[in-house]
Amino acid sequence: MIRTQEYNLNFGPQHPSTHGVFRLLLTLDGERVVKAEPICGYLHRGIEKLAESRTYTQIIPYTDRMDYLAAMLQNWGYVMAVEKLMGVEVPEKAEYMRVISGELSRLASHLIAIGTYSLDIGAFTGFLLAFRERETTMDLLEELTGSRMTLSFARIGGVAADAPEGWLDKVDKFMDKLPDCIDEYDGLITGNEIFQARTRDVGVLKPETAINYSISGPTLRGSGVDYDLRKAKPYGIYDRFDFEVPLGKNGDCFDRFDCRMREMRQIIRIVKQAIEQIKEIDGPVIAKVPKVLKPPKGDAYEEIETSKGIIGYYVVSDGSTKPYRVHVRRPSFINLGYLDEMLRGYLVADVVAILGSIDIMLGEVDC
Amino acid sequence: MFENLFVGIADGLRSLLGGLPLEINEAIVMLVKLVAILVFILVNALWLVYMERKVAGYMQARIGPNRVGPKGLLQTSADIGKLICKEIIIHKDTDKVVFMLAPVLVFVPTLMVFAVIPFGKNMAAIDMNIGLLYLLAIASLSTVIFWMAGWASNNKYSLLGSMRSVAQMVSYELPMVLAILGVIMITGSLKMSDIIAAQEHTWFIFTQPIAFLIFFIASVSECNRAPFDLIEAESELVNGFNTEYSGMAFAMFYLAEYANMLVCCAMVTILFLGGWLAPFGLDFIPSWLWFFIKMYVVMFVIMQLRWTYPRIRVDQLMGFGWKVLVPLSLANIFVTGIGMYIYRAIGW
Repeated sequence: MIRTQEYNLNFGPQHPSTHGVFRLLLTLDGERVVKAEPICGYLHRGIEKLAESRTYTQIIPYTDRMDYLAAMLQNWGYVMAVEKLMGVEVPEKAEYMRVISGELSRLASHLIAIGTYSLDIGAFTGFLLAFRERETTMDLLEELTGSRMTLSFARIGGVAADAPEGWLDKVDKFMDKLPDCIDEYDGLITGNEIFQARTRDVGVLKPETAINYSISGPTLRGSGVDYDLRKAKPYGIYDRFDFEVPLGKNGDCFDRFDCRMREMRQIIRIVKQAIEQIKEIDGPVIAKVPKVLKPPKGDAYEEIETSKGIIGYYVVSDGSTKPYRVHVRRPSFINLGYLDEMLRGYLVADVVAILGSIDIMLGEVDC
Repeated sequence: MFENLFVGIADGLRSLLGGLPLEINEAIVMLVKLVAILVFILVNALWLVYMERKVAGYMQARIGPNRVGPKGLLQTSADIGKLICKEIIIHKDTDKVVFMLAPVLVFVPTLMVFAVIPFGKNMAAIDMNIGLLYLLAIASLSTVIFWMAGWASNNKYSLLGSMRSVAQMVSYELPMVLAILGVIMITGSLKMSDIIAAQEHTWFIFTQPIAFLIFFIASVSECNRAPFDLIEAESELVNGFNTEYSGMAFAMFYLAEYANMLVCCAMVTILFLGGWLAPFGLDFIPSWLWFFIKMYVVMFVIMQLRWTYPRIRVDQLMGFGWKVLVPLSLANIFVTGIGMYIYRAIGW
């Protein structure tokens, strides 16, 4: 028997596949992982603390910076919590605008997730093809909100603006085109023999473990647990739409990836229904709220389903114009909890595959 | 008239130097030949980078380089120019001699291999009688250089990359040699010109299709191209064995990759696509042009592979080599042997 020695490898914070400034301290035996220690905090900006010295409206742009790939969903979670605190009724049209822009944000985030995942596995072309559709999504969001990534579109009591003229038709047209593009990704990435060999039976996450570790989002649903807040506890107007929740079987990397792929097709269904319904609605896009927000003393917690998982905002008010405390339950951070055990026994190449399949967003992990 | 262009140039040179003693005359001609090959490879490597980026661009719904020079043709020259100007960083823990020796040596096996490659009719620098054996032996030397680079860098990513390169070499070199054995059995010679002459009527890709596939896969692996680019694996190992290299040292590895591709494509062309032989009796196109056309078609296929397939994992590569390619190539030798026996027995 050859006497071998374990060694440490610093995987990040500057590494092409950690999707940002995430650091993994790997203990390796040859190429096999013995132990993995996730170290985060390289992008910590203290958003929760900053929120304590801002007014309620001023916090909205900070939420953008958490998951900047799906900014609308972050805004939405925060304003919902404040609305609950103040007891504001959101106009129907605003709810529809939130659904459309939110689902577009989710689409942009999922496109990045599948694109960068194919890059992690080593296929560069999938990455650029996914970015092609993301660009269209960004253009649409830019036309609506004036910004590409940090949208800050949601307002307490509604949304910032109504859709510009002809915008809904543009979205509708894009949604007609999208299934073909998703078929293209399926042909290029999902159906590829090497891709399947690399991702099947790698990084298996059992349903019980996933629940115990409070994992959420496509990472949870890849393990076959049917829990999507949009379906389980419909917030906003999600009970009005007809869509399915895609589930995986084995809970391996491929299932998690495939869940996102199929979820994109559901996004198309939701957006198309929303566009059909919003055209019959007239009215304001923002409720009548006072200029200076002074919520009553108390606290409120609201959670929504983002592209990464369940994000929860907990807002405590002491009756002044600034919140006493804001706490965020960040799905990316919580989904990382099981990473160490998930990586043990796999090769270095699998580390990238598993980390990519969880789809973390560093802005959210470090907050 | 172009058929014997290069052969004519060589003959002209010989007669020009007619006054000198025969040995000196031959030595000068050989020197000119080698310089010509050297220039050919370097210029090719430079332009193949451009071709690669263009192919990638069109496959990925974009245009590719189009700014420097007409249609971006000088892009790589500009890149190399930039890299020459850059500092080569040697950090303090490296084994400095080996570290700097590796990028110098990386072109050597490739250049040596080109000595026996026939670019056209009578256009091999040296037509050795063990040409194929020489080629196989030299071509696998590049692993040693990758190992040198990885080890001397004193970087864990580089070390992992170079360890992979050795593991990879062990698993693809064997099926590669065994696949060629089928061709050698039919021709009965290791000489390049004999192998090409044996394909006068049918190319070996038709008589030895399995050997062709095995050899093609193994040679993609040999030049470390996707899906077998494990030793670079930028999403896993940052840049594998050449992570620590910068400036021209890095550029040498980068260009050597394309020179290696050129060798592999030339080998596929010689062994299975009839070398410089003209198909369908299209003799009016000179033989050396045929050779290049075939070579670049193979190159194009390899480039398409790279931009389509994801990267295979290291254990999967070794499993594929040992469990699929080796038995398959052994079976191919067996079938070829029986086929040749029957062929001779009925005496066509």
